[in-house]
Amino acid sequence: MSAARRCCPPRALAGLFVWRLRNTGVPQIPCRFVHLYHVANNRLITFQYFNFLKRMYVTQCNKDLSQQAKPKSDSIVSPFHELQQLDQEKKVVHKISPISPVHQSGSEASSRNELREMKSAAETEDSVIPVGAESKEDRQWKEMKLRLDDLPGILARLSKIKLTALVVSTTSAGFAMAPVPFELTCFLLASLGTGLASCAANSINQFFEVPFDSNMNRTKNRPLVRGQISPLLAVCFAASCGIPGIAVLTLGVNPLTGALGAFNIFLYTCCYTPLKRMSIANTWVGAVVGAIPPMMGWTAATGSLDAGALLLGGILYSWQFPHFNALSWGLREDYSRGGYCMMSVTHPGLCRRVALRHCLALIGLSVVAPVLDITTWTFPIISLPINLYISYLGFRFYRDADRSSSRKLFFCSLWHLPMLLLVMFTCKKAALEKEDKGDLPGGSHETAMEIRLP
Amino acid sequence: PPAHSHSDWIGPPDRHSNLRPVIFYVPPEESALERRLREARQEAQASNQRFWARHNRAFRQEKEEFIYSRLKAKGLEMRDESGHKATLNAEEMADFYKDFLRKNLKKHLQYNRDWYKHNFRITFLMGQVALVRALRWLRWRKKNVEQ
Repeated sequence: MSAARRCCPPRALAGLFVWRLRNTGVPQIPCRFVHLYHVANNRLITFQYFNFLKRMYVTQCNKDLSQQAKPKSDSIVSPFHELQQLDQEKKVVHKISPISPVHQSGSEASSRNELREMKSAAETEDSVIPVGAESKEDRQWKEMKLRLDDLPGILARLSKIKLTALVVSTTSAGFAMAPVPFELTCFLLASLGTGLASCAANSINQFFEVPFDSNMNRTKNRPLVRGQISPLLAVCFAASCGIPGIAVLTLGVNPLTGALGAFNIFLYTCCYTPLKRMSIANTWVGAVVGAIPPMMGWTAATGSLDAGALLLGGILYSWQFPHFNALSWGLREDYSRGGYCMMSVTHPGLCRRVALRHCLALIGLSVVAPVLDITTWTFPIISLPINLYISYLGFRFYRDADRSSSRKLFFCSLWHLPMLLLVMFTCKKAALEKEDKGDLPGGSHETAMEIRLP
Repeated sequence: PPAHSHSDWIGPPDRHSNLRPVIFYVPPEESALERRLREARQEAQASNQRFWARHNRAFRQEKEEFIYSRLKAKGLEMRDESGHKATLNAEEMADFYKDFLRKNLKKHLQYNRDWYKHNFRITFLMGQVALVRALRWLRWRKKNVEQ
């Protein structure tokens, strides 16, 4: 009973277990321990699994609804989900800690094993819980020592690995749309190089923005903000990703792609990041940053910047505006306090106009695609419904200018882009058709030449 | 942080500035370079803390004043019948955000310059310290191997 009293009220349940333990005597302890361990473990596993699933859901949500190269395109879905997880995880943390001292009171080898398993289970649970939801541990002082087992997670967050994955997927879309036979090694090298370049750029961006990130709700759990990694290590990581990445692109794919990759890193870190705090032109620069990866995919496949590359880049450029302007509409307070110059804060009318304008531009660009021989004419027809829908939402956002219309537009943009790219890929003009078209005049030329030569 | 620790410790976010304070560990045989690094980091931390605490306080204060003046113009009180704090909707607040950003732009530009300078200097010093330490370790290794 005393043990139960020692535990504070929310932990009374665990305290009850302790009391029953003390009363059952030594011979039965192993059973009780096992029982306790299983019960606790089940709960732990259930919670862990549940939380993991929830986290998976959020990740899946983000992955399917692709976000592009802009750093602020982190979805506002995640903070809300993480807030919901907060309560559950607090309960789990409370349940785990009283159980461990119970195990420590036992002195048998079996119980010690269970304690180790318990601890490791707790640790894995800790690592499964998204960092942002560790409110209990957040309030504590932490040693600024780098732990090697934490390093992969920290580096993943530093390089914004999910965003990088989406950037790589737009590059693959660009590669896939290029009218050349598919080469696997080239594709893989291009994806790898782009991924590394994106990691580097994101790390440098976080390196520059530490005090601003700490003040904004969306970004206050980044590794540099929390001191989990030193700035020097962040820069070294960026260099060790960026230099091999660009090298892979230049040497393994072609110099043009490498140049585009290097230019994109420069644009993102040295133009976009400082510009964010100086003028609203940062949105346009950021849109270019997002448009370059598919162009890189195209040049990786074909080796030249054709009209097709520019069209793909143009589609992604236009897409960035409804996506980002809708997102930034809900973050106006944080931007204002943090000192970021965004259209949604300084020129709200322009913000909505630009979003609508670019939604309509997407329709126009979809029509240009078959003209440039990239897709068949079915593409503008099939993509018309989704383009019209996003334009409608853009119009609603323009007219209503409220939170709900901005959220609708943002969430629509998340599924609109992957669908558009998918439809584009399925409507891709088969290379065979083009060869046939090219063969006939070429063939006749050749025969004409043969006739003339001898 | 415990007294026997050999590393820096970082704490929870400050209430005013949202920045996490760091307590720096001073090793007994701190070289001049390491001391310069630590002092640079302390100076940057203090400067950041000053700026953001003041800035956030100003934001909160001006926000309250704005809400109060707007509510007064509408003829409402700060707290309604049920005792909840009356708030303005996002569109009305947007005017305040726009104004606040415009007023503080110059302050931010100056702070940006300072922050970038601090950041680069600290990182460069960190690099130098790391290099010196690595060379020292290599020399120690060589000596051990020779012995």
